[in-house]
Amino acid sequence: MALEEYKGVYVFAQQVDNKLSSIAFELIGKGKDLAKDLGTEVTAILAGYQVADLADELAAYGADKVIVIDDPELKDYRTEPYAHAVASVIKEFKPDIVLVGATAIGRDLGPRVSARVHTDLTADCTQLDIGDFPLVAIPGKEQLHNQLLMTRPAFCGNTIATIACPNFRPQMATVRPGVMQKLTKQEGAKAEIINYNPGFTPDNKYVEILKVVKAVTDTVDIMDAKILVSGGRGVGSAENFKLLEDLAAVLGGTVSCSRAVVDAGWKPKDLQVGQTGKTVRPHVYFAIGISGAIQHLAGMEESDIIIAINKDETAPIFEVADYGIVGDLNKIVPALTASLKAELANK
Amino acid sequence: MKIIVCIKQVPDTKGGVKFNPDGTLNRAAMLTIMNPDDKAGLEAALRLKDQYGAEVTVITMGLPKAEEVLREALAMGADKGILVTDRVLGGADTWATSSTLAGAIRNLDYDLIITGRQAIDGDTAQVGPQISEHLNIPVISYAQKIEIDGDSVIVERQYDDRYHVVKAKMPCLITALAELNAPRYMTPGGIFDAFKADITVWGRANLVDVDDSNLGLKGSPTQIAKASDKVRKGTGEKVNLDADASVEYIVGKLKEKHVI
Repeated sequence: MALEEYKGVYVFAQQVDNKLSSIAFELIGKGKDLAKDLGTEVTAILAGYQVADLADELAAYGADKVIVIDDPELKDYRTEPYAHAVASVIKEFKPDIVLVGATAIGRDLGPRVSARVHTDLTADCTQLDIGDFPLVAIPGKEQLHNQLLMTRPAFCGNTIATIACPNFRPQMATVRPGVMQKLTKQEGAKAEIINYNPGFTPDNKYVEILKVVKAVTDTVDIMDAKILVSGGRGVGSAENFKLLEDLAAVLGGTVSCSRAVVDAGWKPKDLQVGQTGKTVRPHVYFAIGISGAIQHLAGMEESDIIIAINKDETAPIFEVADYGIVGDLNKIVPALTASLKAELANK
Repeated sequence: MKIIVCIKQVPDTKGGVKFNPDGTLNRAAMLTIMNPDDKAGLEAALRLKDQYGAEVTVITMGLPKAEEVLREALAMGADKGILVTDRVLGGADTWATSSTLAGAIRNLDYDLIITGRQAIDGDTAQVGPQISEHLNIPVISYAQKIEIDGDSVIVERQYDDRYHVVKAKMPCLITALAELNAPRYMTPGGIFDAFKADITVWGRANLVDVDDSNLGLKGSPTQIAKASDKVRKGTGEKVNLDADASVEYIVGKLKEKHVI
């Protein structure tokens, strides 16, 4: 493998029902950082059926080039035709880096593609940098420059590992949604469009989709929620959780709770965060009336942004909160809901 | 029908994670369990066995101690256990792990391979799909329901906001979610039999069609540059304001962080 032949940062532009997923823009945003360090460009891989008109949106968020693979076989996501599309792009265009979202699609597609092109990928990364491998020079071992350093939590978030892929290309990672920043949208920006079709020949691996069933329920698994409004004993009663539900509704979030709340019978067990409940890592975690026992912290401290509201200023929750508010949740939460409602109405 | 279930012995993180002085995981000091998603996969296989009749073979790659998890699977109702263990297989990333397991599976007849979606120690969800690629068979990840229809499987495949009902011809690989079912308990008779059962042990020599350059640490494309204990987030800002000022403060932060 002639590694120097591999150039450019490529991102898989996930779309579902011909609507681009937010992760596509987040990957372009991060890809631009990496491309700048490497003096190269960001190319979006857009695969689907009748998706060509989505290319402009990828350009508006910063893609320099868009490779469009348009084929009826790509209508709904299936592992094989998508893996064939992306693996063919890799073989044809030889990217240095390929980023895929760590979504229910990307975590299926990424490994299948990596195995096909003989590289490995690093799962569910929360940080990506360009740097040296080994990080510090070791006598007798060549130190490689301009490597993709992929950082991810492991062991339930108890360790952080930084991983490199020095001798194989492309360097591949799946990236956790909601962590990387998308760029500000530049209306009218244009990307170079490359139409490409590797040809699709259905075989046994082209599984048949008998039915697509979209979720009709609004109960989101708290592990998948991007915004969690979590309440503890301080909320006071099952009825008072209404305050939290209203706040969650305004933000498109989901209500969760601490163990004390489940023990009191105010909320069911599947909403419990913590060591004996679920481990969550949403983008925003509101800890409302939660004191923050160590068992609770273990289940939520990986959250990107933690906002705690508690009347006890010595509560341990403040030790992990990015933003701690000492005060009465019964006054602050309804006022916050009203304020956000007004704020979002003006958008 | 022949079903292979890939399982992994993992540290029980519920009891807390322990580290060696050099920062690596102290596996010896931690209790181990069968990985929860794998256990759901095994349960799914055992239900297919109950319903349609099947021979269920469990396979694991790991240290000799991983035999324990095979015996647990036998006690639940699996028919055969295979331990793949060899010094040269150590330090494998997901590419090398999937190459190893595919090399072992090539010795076996199978209609269905079931793996857990992901292991709780690595959380990668990569080994299942990678095995399917090495074996050139279809994969259906994130299965929430599995049925057999003649020479095909019909699977409910979960996505973020929907599920697909997918049909694939066997042989096929399925990755199972822990939510798929509630795994059965071992039976006293099962435990007794499992304790006496023979476990097949395979090493490097038993792997079929896999080159040394794809095995173990040497065969791993990805390498660890650095591993460290998680640095606990330091205390952030703390304010003590009246309700209106508190609201203004929170809204300001949500804007600053592009949440709204």
